[in-house]
Amino acid sequence: MEIDLSQFHQVFFEESFEGLDVMEQELLNLEEDSDLENVNTIFRAAHSIKGGSATFNFKDVADFTHVMETLLDEMREGSRPVTREIIDLLLKSVDCLRGMLNKIQDDEPVGEAHCELINSFNLLLSGEAIVETEVNTAAEQAVETQPIAADTTEDLHHYWNIQFIPQSHILETGNEPVRMFRELKGMGVLESTVDVSKVPDFDELVPESCFLSWRLRLDADTEYDTIKEVFEWVEDECELTIDNAEEPEVKKQDVKKQEVEKQGPITESEISVDTVISDKEVTAVETDDIEVSGAEKTTGDSSSDKMESTNAIVSISGAVSNKTSDVAKEKSQKLATETQNSSQAKVKSTAVNEEKKNQKKATSTASIRVGIDKVDTLIDLVGELVITQSMLSELGDNFTMAKLNQLVSGLSELEQNTRELQESVMRIRMLPIGFVFNRLPRMVRDLSSQLGKKVHLAIKGESTELDKTVMEQIGDPLTHLVRNALDHGLESTEQRIAAGKSEEGTVTLNAFHQGGNIVIEVSDNGGGIDPDVIYDKAVEKGMIQQGEELVKEQILGLIMEPGFSTAAVVSDVSGRGVGMDVVKRNINNLGGSVEIESNLGKGTTFTIRLPLTLAILDGQLIRVANEVYVLPLVSIIESIPLSMVEISKIAGDMKVYKLHNEYVPIIDLREEFVIQRGGGANSEGLLAIVEGENRKIALKIDDLMGQQQVVIKSLDSHYKSIQGVSGATILGDGRVSLILDIVGLAKRAAIRANHRREKVA
Amino acid sequence: MTTDIMQIIQDQEVQQIESDLVGQETGSQYLSFVVGDEEFSVSILKVQEIRAWEEPTYLPNSPAYVKGVLNLRGTIVPVMDLRKRFHFKQYRYDTTTVIIILKNQYEDKDCLMGCVVDGVSDVFNLDESTICDVPEYGCDIDSDFTSGIMTVDDHAVTLLNLDNLLNLDLIDHPYSGTGARNV
Repeated sequence: MEIDLSQFHQVFFEESFEGLDVMEQELLNLEEDSDLENVNTIFRAAHSIKGGSATFNFKDVADFTHVMETLLDEMREGSRPVTREIIDLLLKSVDCLRGMLNKIQDDEPVGEAHCELINSFNLLLSGEAIVETEVNTAAEQAVETQPIAADTTEDLHHYWNIQFIPQSHILETGNEPVRMFRELKGMGVLESTVDVSKVPDFDELVPESCFLSWRLRLDADTEYDTIKEVFEWVEDECELTIDNAEEPEVKKQDVKKQEVEKQGPITESEISVDTVISDKEVTAVETDDIEVSGAEKTTGDSSSDKMESTNAIVSISGAVSNKTSDVAKEKSQKLATETQNSSQAKVKSTAVNEEKKNQKKATSTASIRVGIDKVDTLIDLVGELVITQSMLSELGDNFTMAKLNQLVSGLSELEQNTRELQESVMRIRMLPIGFVFNRLPRMVRDLSSQLGKKVHLAIKGESTELDKTVMEQIGDPLTHLVRNALDHGLESTEQRIAAGKSEEGTVTLNAFHQGGNIVIEVSDNGGGIDPDVIYDKAVEKGMIQQGEELVKEQILGLIMEPGFSTAAVVSDVSGRGVGMDVVKRNINNLGGSVEIESNLGKGTTFTIRLPLTLAILDGQLIRVANEVYVLPLVSIIESIPLSMVEISKIAGDMKVYKLHNEYVPIIDLREEFVIQRGGGANSEGLLAIVEGENRKIALKIDDLMGQQQVVIKSLDSHYKSIQGVSGATILGDGRVSLILDIVGLAKRAAIRANHRREKVA
Repeated sequence: MTTDIMQIIQDQEVQQIESDLVGQETGSQYLSFVVGDEEFSVSILKVQEIRAWEEPTYLPNSPAYVKGVLNLRGTIVPVMDLRKRFHFKQYRYDTTTVIIILKNQYEDKDCLMGCVVDGVSDVFNLDESTICDVPEYGCDIDSDFTSGIMTVDDHAVTLLNLDNLLNLDLIDHPYSGTGARNV
């Protein structure tokens, strides 16, 4: 079965993780104001995870969420007040579930971490003595491993006759009778008889419909309501009668014997179902059945027998709902192999797991969820484009000069459509920054209790959109800044009260668009940064000389230099001084910048400026010989005609240019790239002074051309990356132009210089 | 504009030939083309399209046989001159010179590469069992690049080994400093 479902696993995981995020968020909201709607949302999320995991046979997850759901259900009904204790437990469960799902995704065993939490849940719930919980967790295992044990509690015994006649569309709503039966089985000993009389001839068989009905006999110490709850979701879609039956004559002789008997009718019904489907296949199915039971025997566990036979029904009812009987055959074969596999040596299974894991890694690709409105806009635009295109091609078929005006207007329409299309395609990659912001409240909550500070996190502008790739990389720096604000920025409660501030500190996250950038502000109303302290510390660390004059911004900027930390005590939250420089570097790598503004006693604000997308770059086109290259506009400091500069030679052959008070090495691109076409060196050229990662170089080029936004395309999607070239773009005339990488060029030049020196030596 | 039209015509020709041949004979289909005065072939399934020659954008620090990169409807595709790669002395770029865009798997992804050849000659069916091994003689072309010799209309056609020919690891590493452009 699992093999069939594995293609949906990725979707399940994505949805579950999303569900967990929702739960986490709502739990945090719940803390502030306990609204019934919040509990409902959490309940729904938990419920879909439970349903999904049960469908995919992740039993541990399903069991765990089930207990969770029981608690949530009580909260929903209002019979259990919302306390911090419960929220803590639920938050822990969310973490635990996330861990379990991650492990399942990597095909690792889920471990025992959740058992402890299940116990905590049970402890909480046991106060109310909820029968269901017991039955489904502890008792279930007991029943499974040792059916006789259940019989010893003789006094509580009830026999239930359940008649379950589902409507034919029950499978369409995603309800799977087998699952309900399995749950019933968990309560005690279950006998089932299938009625196949309504199954039509093969020709008339509707694969999605269920024509089966069941008579169940449940031997368990449960209440009417508990049984009814199993059918809760299908109540409206079936005829259900639950009767309290008299004790049967064959009262508990030997449970095992009952089971053996029970297997008889089930196997019969299997065959009869198949007979209806196709007479020819009967023999095949029969042999498969033998295979299955053979495999069962090898496991040698009577209780698992029961499970297997239920599985057999699964495959048969699956067959009814699928079109061909081949599927049934295939499935029972799969089942057989599955069971066989389990009994085989562990070594092999681990090898298989490893293989699966590798496969999964290869196949799992990043995906984004896109609002339907964006897709609709795209469809509209493409429609427009098609119309314009057909208009133009019609025009081209019998073109006369009289139609020139039509052609011109058609072309301009085409241009407009294309531009709009490009813009909306770009928008698809844009996601609201709320995706990043949303993971911060949880961290703030945990951290504030850890630090013993009262913190309020205010979030603004979470619907501001930015490119997905930028977003993925901004998460960690942002987390770090918020941690820092909590740890260093905000004072302790006592200090705050002493300073006449409100007890609760506030950390504000704000995001908005400004020009072609997105601006993210992380501000706190804490103590602010004292420039003098920073200055002294920097002198102490040897980062600056005593007496060096720096403006306030420069001093504040020092905290983002490597190896700087002012925290007197290094906590596990922050203070090792490895954070801020990483934050700065990450943001710089994204083509953004960080600014710090701080007022002593009032607070600190970090302002991050990022380009909206990494896919588009403001470029300066330059010409070298006949080649056109693109320089990132932000990297250019200035450009000077060659005739106006004085080039000095140092260290033998190295040409440098004196810019203000530093010497900048000159790289002749024509030499560097060995461009042979387009004549000899041009003395009329220019020097473009460019900067990358705080390193300046002067590029000798022939001409500056226009500035334009260029779409970045990677070279290594079909080739290899080349040092000195960060990518390529397509210019207006359809030709490819390379985008220069300043850092790479500088490094290359250094290597070349070394080569030359070696040659001389 | 003319190159575009030429390309459309050539694409249509290939499709025409392809559809003419489908189902008529057994075996696999191959595209043969002329490099220098020799004929080479590749499996037709590896051919993405055929384009008229146009000067690609020069790619610095690459081997001499890598002519540069090309804009293939928004995708940047490298172009390599097979005549240079195979050490043919004579090469010129004229109206029959074409770029065959070949696709191959490289590190689990589809990788496109344009190959400059002197002209496309034919599409033919051939039973794979009739392909002979390449004799182990010292020839100009690296034996890694060939995977067999086939006989078509009584003349020999060399089947190219695209796994090696298009393998980016076998292309001189662009980082190799000064000696990168070994003309």
